Amino acid sequence: MKKFLPLLPLCAAIGIGIAGWWGLNPDRDPGAIPSVLINKPVPEFELASITGTGIPNLKTQDLLENQEPILVNFFASWCLPCRAEHAVLARMVREEDLNLVGINYKDKPATVAKWLAELGNPYRRIGSDQTGRAGIEWGISGVPETFIVGPGGKVIFRYVGPISSDVAIGKIREALAAARMDKP
Amino acid sequence: MIPELGQFALTLALLTAAVQGVLPIWGAARNNALWMRSATSTAILQLVLIAIAFGALMRSFVVSDFTVVNVVENSNSMKPMLFKVAGTWGSHEGSLLLWTLILALFGAAVAVLGRNIPTGLKARTLSVQAWVSIGFLSFMLFTSNPFNRVFPAPLDGNDLNPLLQDVGLAMHPPLLYIGYVGFSIVFSFAVAALIEGRVDPAWARWVRPWTLAAWVALTGGIALGSWWAYYELGWGGWWFWDPVENVSFMPWLLGTALLHSAIVTEKRGAFKSWTILLAILTFSLSLLGTFIVRSGLLTSVHAFAVDPERGIYILGLLVVSIGGSLTLYAARVHKLEPGGLFAPVSREGGLLMNNLLLTLATATVLFGTLYPLFLEGLTGDKISVGPPFFNASFIPIMLPLVLIMGIGPFLSWKRADLAGVISRLKWVILIAWIAALVVWYIQTKGPALAVLSMAIAVWLLVATLREWSSRIRLGQVALTDSLDRLRRVPRAAHGMTLAHAGLAVCMFGFVGSSAWKSEEVLFVQAGTQVQIAGFDVTFEGVKQIQGPNYIASVGTLNVMRNGRLVTVLYPERRSYPVAQSQTTEAAIRSTPAGDLYASITEPVNQDVKGKWTLRILYEPLVGFVWFGSLMLVLGGLLSLSDRRLRVGAPKRKARSQIIPVAAE
Repeated sequence: MKKFLPLLPLCAAIGIGIAGWWGLNPDRDPGAIPSVLINKPVPEFELASITGTGIPNLKTQDLLENQEPILVNFFASWCLPCRAEHAVLARMVREEDLNLVGINYKDKPATVAKWLAELGNPYRRIGSDQTGRAGIEWGISGVPETFIVGPGGKVIFRYVGPISSDVAIGKIREALAAARMDKP
Repeated sequence: MIPELGQFALTLALLTAAVQGVLPIWGAARNNALWMRSATSTAILQLVLIAIAFGALMRSFVVSDFTVVNVVENSNSMKPMLFKVAGTWGSHEGSLLLWTLILALFGAAVAVLGRNIPTGLKARTLSVQAWVSIGFLSFMLFTSNPFNRVFPAPLDGNDLNPLLQDVGLAMHPPLLYIGYVGFSIVFSFAVAALIEGRVDPAWARWVRPWTLAAWVALTGGIALGSWWAYYELGWGGWWFWDPVENVSFMPWLLGTALLHSAIVTEKRGAFKSWTILLAILTFSLSLLGTFIVRSGLLTSVHAFAVDPERGIYILGLLVVSIGGSLTLYAARVHKLEPGGLFAPVSREGGLLMNNLLLTLATATVLFGTLYPLFLEGLTGDKISVGPPFFNASFIPIMLPLVLIMGIGPFLSWKRADLAGVISRLKWVILIAWIAALVVWYIQTKGPALAVLSMAIAVWLLVATLREWSSRIRLGQVALTDSLDRLRRVPRAAHGMTLAHAGLAVCMFGFVGSSAWKSEEVLFVQAGTQVQIAGFDVTFEGVKQIQGPNYIASVGTLNVMRNGRLVTVLYPERRSYPVAQSQTTEAAIRSTPAGDLYASITEPVNQDVKGKWTLRILYEPLVGFVWFGSLMLVLGGLLSLSDRRLRVGAPKRKARSQIIPVAAE
């Protein structure tokens, strides 16, 4: 026993070294927080439509009966990154036949109507979350934030931040492809 | 031109370090005195070269040379001069340069000051120190060159992170690094001793002043950092168990153990294996800290810009230095002769408990800091370990240690009479009990542990004073006699008293400010009133003020107590347009009884226009944290001044020269 005691610090150091080596993996982001919603059904919510736009409203029911994955995008007109992301989402809807719905987070109906009129509307449905209650149900940390709901209304993927970089678009495409494979 | 000169000096420093890493240790093996002595010149040359590089970088910051990437990223022409200078070590590259500068400084200091160290040990120590230098100089030159240029040069820089533009923080990295890196020389001494296979009391005597110097600087650095967090971050706390705080605290804990363990090695020739191991581990934890902060391994408020390539390089350095030294330790530790025997109850026994408890405490902090990483690696779960874990595990280890600290200085070497000591301390025990009752009477809310901790702090303070007064026989002999003894007692003994009492004073602050804190957070507009800890505070409104490189919103708070105006507080929220960020300047009214602390921020919610978020806290006794830290530092310095006298001595008297008298 006494003979192995001096080896103890070395063994501890090796253990820490292995953990450190693993931790340096460039794909690992220690700041990322996984969503507790992943692989759970979408939360209960029912939101009114945005007055004056004519776009249908959004509620839990709309996300349950689908065969194709749906992108649920939290956005707001006061959020600048959302504006950058909007162009990317609009292009993806145009070119890839994407099923996109929006939740308008803590925004005034009049301003967001003007915003959509100016930039165009890629969303099939938009729910107006003026109180931020739906945001709490979904557990968002801010806008923009995007979820992918798979067939049967199961949340499959969460992305925090604007989908504007190539890396972000790549991650969304990857998750969409995975969701399409995962037919019920 | 000047930055290129700096780069060139840095490259030469690497070459010098390579020579210093090979020649002296080879000379020691072959008993070649010339090769061994070359270490002195190369160590000094290395310091000069790195100082030139450091001066070149500092000049680039001072004249705002925006052709240098590092200056662009971390400075701005509008910045006050003090922060231009401090910007030199504000970035990853610059702080690394400071790291190597201090590394070379300690090497050169040993080369110049350590005249009485045997040539062989000195040569080996300086060679090992040069190995560390090679690692960090090459790291800097290959992955993080501070002198990289940018063309075309931008018109102005991005400014230093405004949070870092603060006097306390400008001084925090240099002090912290002197501490961190200062332990490198102790590490080098330990590795050199293992290579020689000999550790004797003389070795411990050479090592102790360096340990003490590094410990003093680290104590000051940590205290400054926590002071900065207290008044700059606006959260109203001084310690958050953040990973980066922990990695500076672990070398401090082990360094404290090392400091005490080396005393036993010096005085009794025992604990050799402990002292060597602690010397290696203390510096290893400093290196681990560098790795964690600079690789982005864990999330923290502090971390530098992250680059995995750098992480791999530092990990490589760690494997070589820590892995190598611990392997050497495991292979050679059997060769060390065991030291003097001692009874369980003795000064040695007390210091052994000190070693064990401090090592255990360090292991606890290390475990808590790295646990999220281990867990994520093994199960993929992401968690963060916060204050509850550390409070529940660290405090129960430290309280017994503080109890022993009260008794320790009374115990004699080899074998001590515990019953006798306790009977000498019966009044101290009584005072501690009374203190507990008084605290309990004043503060019935708050945890029972707080009352216990307060009593233990009082016990330490009074026991320490009791030991000091018995040393100078205060009250037993005439006062003039006592004063005479006061002068003759070695300064190291006074240093110990001051430092131990300092810890007790710190504890008052720790306990008071964490257990009995009151806090209010609310939305306010002009005229809002709030009551806290017996103060009536009125928010009078906010006005805008233009600073040199920021715009400040200054709130006005009238603080009344029993209808009388006590003070007016002006918390600020500063906005830095160039760096695009904000800082909080808390307004604090400090008294020995506690701090009233106020900070304001804009509300996150856009709907509440014209309102501000006011955070107001009353933190009892928090000033004692800084005062106690100051006592720790002064105690260390006092002890160091004594050591230097003894280590510097015995100076041989210059031979009285016989003046030839001309025959007439």
